Amino acid sequence: MTVAEPRHAPESRTAAPTSEPVVLEVNGEHHVVDIEPRVSLLDALREHLDLTGSKKGCDQGTCGACTVWIDGRRVLACLTLAIAASGHEITTIEGLADGDDLHPMQRAFIEHDAFQCGYCTPGQIMSAVKVIEEGNAASDQDIREFMSGNICRCAAYPNIRAAIRQVRDQEGQAT
Amino acid sequence: MKPLTYSRATGVHDAVVRVAESPTSSFLAGGTTEVDLIRASVSPSDHLVDINALPLSVVDDLPDGGLHIGALARMSDVARIPAVIERYPAISEALLLGASEQLRNMASMGGNLCQRTRCAYLRDGVSPCNKREPGSGCAALDGFNRGHALLGTSEHCIATHPSDVAVALVAFDAVVRTTGPDGDRAIPADDFFLLPGDTPEIEHPLVHGELIVGIDVPAAPIARRSTYLKFRDRESYEFALVSVAAAVEVEDGVVSDARLALGGVGTKPWRARRAEAVLVGSPPDPATFRRAAAVELEQAVVREHNAFKVELAQRAAVRGLTRSLNGAHR
Repeated sequence: MTVAEPRHAPESRTAAPTSEPVVLEVNGEHHVVDIEPRVSLLDALREHLDLTGSKKGCDQGTCGACTVWIDGRRVLACLTLAIAASGHEITTIEGLADGDDLHPMQRAFIEHDAFQCGYCTPGQIMSAVKVIEEGNAASDQDIREFMSGNICRCAAYPNIRAAIRQVRDQEGQAT
Repeated sequence: MKPLTYSRATGVHDAVVRVAESPTSSFLAGGTTEVDLIRASVSPSDHLVDINALPLSVVDDLPDGGLHIGALARMSDVARIPAVIERYPAISEALLLGASEQLRNMASMGGNLCQRTRCAYLRDGVSPCNKREPGSGCAALDGFNRGHALLGTSEHCIATHPSDVAVALVAFDAVVRTTGPDGDRAIPADDFFLLPGDTPEIEHPLVHGELIVGIDVPAAPIARRSTYLKFRDRESYEFALVSVAAAVEVEDGVVSDARLALGGVGTKPWRARRAEAVLVGSPPDPATFRRAAAVELEQAVVREHNAFKVELAQRAAVRGLTRSLNGAHR
């Protein structure tokens, strides 16, 4: 069963009494959102900027579905307050592809069938790109360890590792 | 999540003043505990003072050969600093065995020390819990207490301290440096973590508005031989059932110095001083290691579901000491 995401046009939202304009730099674009300080970066992305790629799984920092990059480092958007992310460069799954040209990791996930329901996939991909960049993908053991913050309830782990191996090896050849 | 207000501190003194002026203000560093606990209605904070822009991220040599770790240095960064890996391998290993890379990228070293217990009865917001609501009782005493402490417990609380790196810091006699409304302090790590006693709601000696600015780890040649082991219900991304920071130094066939600290079994990161006293002066063999571990765990007070940790902790300690002796971790 799929549940449609509620869609809100940002301009239709009523500002809460204590909301304030917060500047967010997301995927290279400048946004101003009227939000309260308690709003998480995840909620700001999903509910205010209609960037629903980042997923809300646990909302308590245990599942990794909300993984985004802040200043190039992978972090959890559910435990980050949007207002605290102001002034930093935020990258979400929507910022990975160049138009219709998918990021190599996105292509590898498709080629290796590295997902089933797909809910954790954006977080998995945001982590997977970084796990290679960080140098934490040298072995399957390393990939397992450094991807452990991204839980997959469908247990697509072997295929996720295969996708990561492929991109790692492609990049190794390219350099 | 309840409404919050938010401000950014412009300096250490400014941060201290801003938090000190209201009892429900608190510092915001990585946010991995604070945001979570506010959302769970466990933290009373309603104003957050963001300290992330303060210049407290530096990791630097101390004049005595030790290391100063800035309070805002992130776990993932500290774990990979060559000086940490070479001089205090147990600190690096403990950091990398904690949480996930995303959380390690966020979580600060100062915040790590201040994190609250993962006891589910604290976090559920409704069970009796003397930490959350003093005097309400402890649901863990006769509840599901498989993960709870054996050492340093009281009739009011048996929650474990969840930090990994704090176990290594306690083993190396680290010092927590703070700036507060009353000035600067240096608090030995072992004194920073308080036993629950009659006041489990008081977890550390910081006064309201007192900010951890850094952690000093003194020079300790023995720390170069240290190792950190962690045993848990799954291989990664889980809190310890038992963990151990261990280091042994041998001279003329006997242990000349030893460091042993345990995680997952104490209400605070547990420096195993009784075990250390047995080790020093004895031959570095399995019998000595087993005897030392047994002496430490003699103090254990077990509950219905956690008695298995008595044996597990002893075996973990023996394995940690053996690994340090053999240098097998390098």
